[in-house]
Amino acid sequence: MKGNEAIAAAAINAGCRYFFGYPITPQNEIPEYMSRELPKVGGTYVQAESEVAAINMVYGAAGAGARVLTSSSSPGISLMQEGISYIAGAELPCVLVNIMRAGPGLGGVQPAQADYFQATKGGGHGDYHVLVLAPANLQEAVDLTQLAFDLADKYRNPVMVLADGMIGQLMEPVELFPYHPAAGLPPKDWATTGTIHSGGRQRVINSLYLYPDQLENHVRALFRKYAEMERTEVRYELYNCDEADVVIVAYGTTSRIARSAIEKCHRLGLRVGLLRPITLYPFPLAAFDRVVERTKAFLVVEMSMGQMLDDVKIAVAGRRPISFYGRTGGIVPTSEEIVKQVQELSGGGGA
Amino acid sequence: MKVVYEKSRGLTDVPMHYCPGCTHGVIHKLVAESLVELDVLGRTVAVAPVGCAVFAYDYFNCDAQEAAHGRAPAVATGIKRVHPDNIVFTYQGDGDLASIGMAEIVHAAMRGENITVVFVNNAIYGMTGGQMAPTTLVGQPTTTSPLGRTRLGQGAPLRVCEMLATIEATAYIARVSVHNIPRLNAAKRALKKAFQMQIENKGFSLVEVLSSCPTNWGLSPVDALHWVEQNMLPAYPLGVYKDLEGGT
Repeated sequence: MKGNEAIAAAAINAGCRYFFGYPITPQNEIPEYMSRELPKVGGTYVQAESEVAAINMVYGAAGAGARVLTSSSSPGISLMQEGISYIAGAELPCVLVNIMRAGPGLGGVQPAQADYFQATKGGGHGDYHVLVLAPANLQEAVDLTQLAFDLADKYRNPVMVLADGMIGQLMEPVELFPYHPAAGLPPKDWATTGTIHSGGRQRVINSLYLYPDQLENHVRALFRKYAEMERTEVRYELYNCDEADVVIVAYGTTSRIARSAIEKCHRLGLRVGLLRPITLYPFPLAAFDRVVERTKAFLVVEMSMGQMLDDVKIAVAGRRPISFYGRTGGIVPTSEEIVKQVQELSGGGGA
Repeated sequence: MKVVYEKSRGLTDVPMHYCPGCTHGVIHKLVAESLVELDVLGRTVAVAPVGCAVFAYDYFNCDAQEAAHGRAPAVATGIKRVHPDNIVFTYQGDGDLASIGMAEIVHAAMRGENITVVFVNNAIYGMTGGQMAPTTLVGQPTTTSPLGRTRLGQGAPLRVCEMLATIEATAYIARVSVHNIPRLNAAKRALKKAFQMQIENKGFSLVEVLSSCPTNWGLSPVDALHWVEQNMLPAYPLGVYKDLEGGT
């Protein structure tokens, strides 16, 4: 299965029955899969006139209480930012998939990781966050997509699965296990289904608060929710970090390449580990505390000019030197390039 | 005592914020009465716009979602596709629908989306203080066309009903006015017909209501109603532009 199809299949497995989207490369297998498969399970696929319309259809469907998905790629996600801000402000659950391509502007269609800032720091206007999950292989893409629906419902917040064109187009075996929603998800007693279903009590989905004190209270409540995410939803993987002199920090596609670079370094006698954030927001700050004592230096590798790098600097807080290696424009770094970076950090060469 | 008139239970008791003489209030009343008389209020979901009617969710006594500027037809699409048994309507002004939301309204109509649109056209941006709208008349001064709108450069009025009536999957498209009592009664009949179309799953219905804006036109409420009759009616002919059932 292709990565894009695996994500789409996982969404349906997780009970998603509504998809609204607009074609854009390299994520077209997701809407194509949904248009083919959703009607078979009683679901609905709508091809919107734009990403702007698609995200607002998501708003309406989420406000009506549905599990709903949209997917796009970088320029399309930019167009959705207005709607994502409204969805976060109105506290609606939905899942967004961004199969990143290179930018800025129309950029190119090759893989990139240059939407990290946009994904993790809010992205649209106002004070808010989207919970961001970054899979590094297709089984993880399946698992995280299913988890995304639970987390969206749990926090009444948009959750983004952030991958890139490489993962979207990659083929790997995946297994779709029978899915059960997480226990204790709150009832959607806020959904607009008509007052005949709510004992006559009017329900309104809204993000408008004209009185500054009310709006401040609302935003503070959102941030209590984000603080809870930071306490309980942080996910990351440490690989080979116990004896590592250098810890590479990478997510998604670059973490896969870092892993093979680590094997090559091992053969050269270099001790290198990997710290792989799985949640990009909330960022796994505490993971750095676990490895910083034993580590001499960090090497951040991204398919961007250095975006996650800022969060790594916050996490390391000056305790160790941090180097950065990035390729951009749609170029995927090779493991040899990463090995060379490690060698330079280690004083030129292997043992 | 016999009750000869009462406030529709389709409206809440929240005092409306509309300016004196504005016709939004009476249009709200006609919509609310239509929903009650068709016995669908309890399963109705309103979609409020950005514009003067941004607080519509406070006034209609039904569930509601507040949409981003112009996006109400997309939000309504999401709601209706999830719950086809709900009656879903958008309430939009001319800036919301005919400017920033033109793509959303055209494509909701193109899909034959089974929703109802109440389109309030007062030829000006009301909430933001009287700027030029796509429906502003040629020669009409506004705060952003202080010398009067020019046909070339600023453009002539966009006629939404005429345009949407060319779209195959629309079910009912009508333009009405509320500047006098007979017109107001006709407007109510058009709104009920539009909602009836949705109840019968006939597809997209839209009623454009010509409305006055005394505040931003700089006229008294009475003079503003005369202005609708004398200036807007010639530019925006009233009538049924599309009716799947063939009636008028």
